[in-house]
Amino acid sequence: MSIGLEHYLILSGVLFSIGLYGVLAKRNAVIILMCVEIMLNGVNIALVAFSRYIVPTAPTVPTALTGQVFAIFVMTVAAAEVAVGLAIIIAIYRSRKSVDVEQMDLMKW
Amino acid sequence: MATEVAFWALAVVGVASALAVVLLRDVFRAALVLILCFLAVAGLYITLSADFLAFVQILIYVGAIAVLLIFGIMVTREMQRGSPHSRLRLPALVMAVALLVTLIFIFVGTDWAIRTTAPTFPEGTTGPLADVLFNEFLLPFEVASVLLLAAVIGAIVVMRERNR
Repeated sequence: MSIGLEHYLILSGVLFSIGLYGVLAKRNAVIILMCVEIMLNGVNIALVAFSRYIVPTAPTVPTALTGQVFAIFVMTVAAAEVAVGLAIIIAIYRSRKSVDVEQMDLMKW
Repeated sequence: MATEVAFWALAVVGVASALAVVLLRDVFRAALVLILCFLAVAGLYITLSADFLAFVQILIYVGAIAVLLIFGIMVTREMQRGSPHSRLRLPALVMAVALLVTLIFIFVGTDWAIRTTAPTFPEGTTGPLADVLFNEFLLPFEVASVLLLAAVIGAIVVMRERNR
């Protein structure tokens, strides 16, 4: 059985779900950041697979590479997100001596 | 045939390493396994004939993001505490499995407009990608550079030691 679009999409769904579970179930903020990266990687696989397998129909973007361009933008935002996220985590660690998300309840009511 | 073997090998490695990131108790080992997951995804890009993206994946994720995450682990000294689960473990599992089932249902059930012939790029995708990026997507490209600048400034401001 040859590899088709569904294989890549299901793989990307599996990666996204694993990342979602990690984001919801973990307490270490750095691990949560890693799981967000896994989710973004899953989305990127889906985008690249679409650009390889799907016929582009929108008249304004007549190229077969649109999905890959989207993946590049996702990577850019992911890099910015990790930089800001780690800065916030380190700032919280500096003031509270912990990166446990269950103890970060300062803004909770 | 070679593509199929490569896909299945990379898919198994990617899913197994992603599961290990979630399940391992040791934070540092989780970060190292995450690098393996990024490399598997880079290999998957090559099976999709996206060579430029594969190299960007290795440069940005393996080179920059993984180093930043390991740096974050070392700075925060949470190694001894491990990576415990929160109280929401069971609801999170239910949520993730429900999402996965829904996604697979949608992916298999949708009638995709599959192209009959794969797009070919005899000289690699780098040149065609640059063509698209600097013509159709020029404005988003510039906005992305502003975003990166804002992120750098924001990270410095947030992390800076307050002098009291």
